Amino acid sequence: MRVRISVRLTRYAVLLGALGLWELGGRTGAIDPFFFPLPSSIVAQVAEWAATPRIYGDLAITLTETALGFVAGTALGVMLGLWLGLSPFASQVLEPFIKAFNAIPRIVLAPIFALWFGLGLASKVAIVVTLVFFMAFFNTYQGVRDVNPVVLANAKLLRARGGLLLRHVYLPSAAQWILSSLRASIGFAVTGAVVGEYLGSAAGIGHVIAQAEGSFDAVGVFAGLAVLGIFVLLLDAGISVVERRVIVWRPQQEHGGR
Amino acid sequence: MLQDAAAIRLTGVAVRFGNYTAVQDVDIAVRAGEFVGLVGPTGCGKSTLLNVITGLAHPSAGLVEIFGRRLAGTNDKVGYMLQQDGLLPWKTTLDNVAMGLIFQGMKPRQARDRARPWLERVGLARFADRYPHQLSGGMKKRAALAQMLILSPPIVLMDEPFSALDLQTRHLMQNELLRLWQAQGMAVLFITHDLQEAITLSDSVVVMSAGPAGRPLARFPVELARPRDVTEVVLTEQYRRIYGEIWNVLRDEVRRSHARQD
Repeated sequence: MRVRISVRLTRYAVLLGALGLWELGGRTGAIDPFFFPLPSSIVAQVAEWAATPRIYGDLAITLTETALGFVAGTALGVMLGLWLGLSPFASQVLEPFIKAFNAIPRIVLAPIFALWFGLGLASKVAIVVTLVFFMAFFNTYQGVRDVNPVVLANAKLLRARGGLLLRHVYLPSAAQWILSSLRASIGFAVTGAVVGEYLGSAAGIGHVIAQAEGSFDAVGVFAGLAVLGIFVLLLDAGISVVERRVIVWRPQQEHGGR
Repeated sequence: MLQDAAAIRLTGVAVRFGNYTAVQDVDIAVRAGEFVGLVGPTGCGKSTLLNVITGLAHPSAGLVEIFGRRLAGTNDKVGYMLQQDGLLPWKTTLDNVAMGLIFQGMKPRQARDRARPWLERVGLARFADRYPHQLSGGMKKRAALAQMLILSPPIVLMDEPFSALDLQTRHLMQNELLRLWQAQGMAVLFITHDLQEAITLSDSVVVMSAGPAGRPLARFPVELARPRDVTEVVLTEQYRRIYGEIWNVLRDEVRRSHARQD
């Protein structure tokens, strides 16, 4: 308990110290506030945005793109992961193709998607899907392969077959892998949406940042980044809640749960 | 006809994996409701025999009959308990016990209702909502027993199910098993390394020769009174006599098996 408090206090000290030095450097002219705007002016910009409705509209757009792509990409990845995990033949056939697709830097696809799906929602969702899909796929595949052989043998001895075996043995076993992939993919999902917006769009946080950049407004760029950071932290906290709900059966490492 | 037929009858069974012969010339019969212990040195092919009886492995020669019918495909008359319990870590004790019925297509609610009396029977009623990682080794065994017996298999195969338990818990579980066996009346084929365990539990003990090409050497009836308490029955003169008799045969096989491993 005592350690946790001192960790937390030290964290705040580090944050405030760094921001303080930055602010001091800017005010004394040691660093140029044009390129590195003062933390106080970034906070002021964020506060100003927070008081107007526009930023919430942008956030809602980014959130929609992220969520749609995240859900669709995860669902597709989990389905393919289950299929290949259960079918050694299919996984051997498709392995080189999946590796090849995964090797493509997905961000480079953004202009193509803009061409195919336009500058609206669809192209951003497509980028997010390609980013999230592989995370979900690889983890599901691993999770299915990772089923405890004794548990599997026992379930088969209890005459579990087909769909019931999938539902009660394979899926729960893969669930912990899938959930840990969600944590990593949520960051990817936001990145995909924002990069898509940044490269061409009329709304969203990425668009806000791109506009600020276009008018040499460094304060606006940094403020956009700050908003984005808070946004991802909130999403991550949401995933934690889901994780704790779904995996109730796992031994708790923290707090010595026995 | 079906009444007279043995629950399990192996006639001239051999299992080969390529050039390696695991077991051969195996003739074993287990009557309905009979408790047979199978002892033998490490690597004598005991587990291979169980796999043949479940239909998971196929004999290279010989005949496997279950209640007078030649076994084809997997055997739906057996419950099989492994050395490690295969409880589903993401299910509560109650759901784990109900699982066999759910896999059979029963509605979960109905299956849980059927599982509750079984939890009581194995003394786990208070632990219905625990997950396996919250149970002790003995409790997991109880859950695994109930999980298997809820399907009322007329034949139960056990492959050293209690070998990982500490001695006291093992004796508790052995008594528990005898109690359930007497209530359910299934045929049991129980594999173990431990001669004491084999004798205290069984109606008769089959000794296997050292592998490879293991085969049953002799079958000894165990005429100790039932119901038995496994910790008390070992104090009787009769038990010691039977132990001595069987050990005379088993000793040479154990030595031979060790010699082969060195």
